[in-house]
Amino acid sequence: MSAALQFIGHSTISFILELGKMGGFLLYSFYTIVRRPCSPLYILKQIKFIGAKSMFVIFLTAAFTGMVLGLQGYYTLAKFGSEGMLGTAVALSLIRELGPVLSALMVTGRAGSAITAEIGIMRITEQIDAMETMALDPFKYLITPKLIAAMLVLPLLCAIFNVVGIYGGWLVGVKLLGVNPGAYFFEMEKSVVFRDVYSGFVKSFSFGVIIAWICCYKGYFAGHGAEGVAHATTESVVMTSVLILVWDYFLTSVLLQ
Amino acid sequence: MIQMRNVYKSFGSHSVLEDLSLDIPAGEITAVIGPSGEGKSVLLKHIIGLLKPDKGSIIVEGESILNLRRSKLNRIREKFGMLFQNAALFDSMNVFENIAFPLQEKTIFSKVEIEDRVKSALKHVGLKDINGKYPDELSGGMKKRVGLARALILNPKIILFDEPTTGLDPIIKRAIHQLIKDTHARFGFTAVIVSHEIPEIFNIAQNVAMLYKGKILQIGKAAEMLNSNHPVVNQFITGSLDGPIQLV
Repeated sequence: MSAALQFIGHSTISFILELGKMGGFLLYSFYTIVRRPCSPLYILKQIKFIGAKSMFVIFLTAAFTGMVLGLQGYYTLAKFGSEGMLGTAVALSLIRELGPVLSALMVTGRAGSAITAEIGIMRITEQIDAMETMALDPFKYLITPKLIAAMLVLPLLCAIFNVVGIYGGWLVGVKLLGVNPGAYFFEMEKSVVFRDVYSGFVKSFSFGVIIAWICCYKGYFAGHGAEGVAHATTESVVMTSVLILVWDYFLTSVLLQ
Repeated sequence: MIQMRNVYKSFGSHSVLEDLSLDIPAGEITAVIGPSGEGKSVLLKHIIGLLKPDKGSIIVEGESILNLRRSKLNRIREKFGMLFQNAALFDSMNVFENIAFPLQEKTIFSKVEIEDRVKSALKHVGLKDINGKYPDELSGGMKKRVGLARALILNPKIILFDEPTTGLDPIIKRAIHQLIKDTHARFGFTAVIVSHEIPEIFNIAQNVAMLYKGKILQIGKAAEMLNSNHPVVNQFITGSLDGPIQLV
């Protein structure tokens, strides 16, 4: 009994300490953005890596997500004779929910894991220590460029996801299943309001923070050797993905009010 | 002058430094010797503030380096250069970028001046025409020399060498030792060298300290230490299997 209590107490304290450390990491990252701005070149490099190089996977995922939404939406709406609302269904699903969430999950898988591995390898090969011995702040060179880039790039990737997804739905709904093209876009235009687009962008922006935060944190405190980096990479992808979905729920409940 | 007083450091239940006290005189080379796994690298990392002791004090040129804000600690770190055991070169940068990085970030030199300084630093460590090479294209000896060039590029007052010649062939080893000696004669920095190279290290260092079981067992001038009567020091220097140091 006492061993069980000891275990619960120890785990709880460790969990709280870890949360505090993570919170401190994020706060210090923002502090570094303000107090020790990094060169725009570092940010551009990260925009290329996190954003431009994720375009293909975003394009592919968006197209098929839109297509499957078109297919599912058509057969569901057909039951009520409302096929004309297909454009609205596809657009709202994408803009409010699927665009921000799926683009963030794709970026986590493609760039987030690489960020953790890169920083983790720098940690275990003492490159981060070397930077510190030169009196240089590793946050300025390794963390904040990634954080800024992720915050800028995620909303843009989400916008691309939405547009490609809407045309994916159009391809299936209009071209394959015969929905009226005018109705597809007219109903969409009528139903989608700025608040929907805005809430999607707010989500994407915050997902960008989550991706850079967790993936950099896990790499920065990676354990020893190749196994430590592998473990950190797996943990960062799982934790980021879960956090994106949890945060999405809370944000949706706030933004829908 | 660097002073470490009653320093304790543990990792979990494993105690590495136990009541360690050490004075490193300014302008001289001090070698720290001792069996593997005794915490020599940990000691170096304490001196530069990469690790914090559980207890004790560390004073660099009259200033305690403990409990400082990052900006203040960085001001002290500007006095240091460090050559890591595996050189710790930035693997996404080529040789030129590795050496130029501290200059670009810490000085206001023009591009041409930086190029000149990098070229001269590489020449000084006996390397040329490798500017565009990446660390994974270099041999162990070349990596150490690039690391040395990077450590020296800002003319630091104190340089820490973590096993600068481990794993190198005898010729490269001698070349690096000579390089450290010559550079020291030229710039007069304070140096701390962690090394297993016995007896060569006695020709380079003015002072030698023996680290054993978390403490500095003995410290003295190189010649005195070479002729030490202390059974542990003597066994370590002669490499004898019989004596107080047990392998297991």
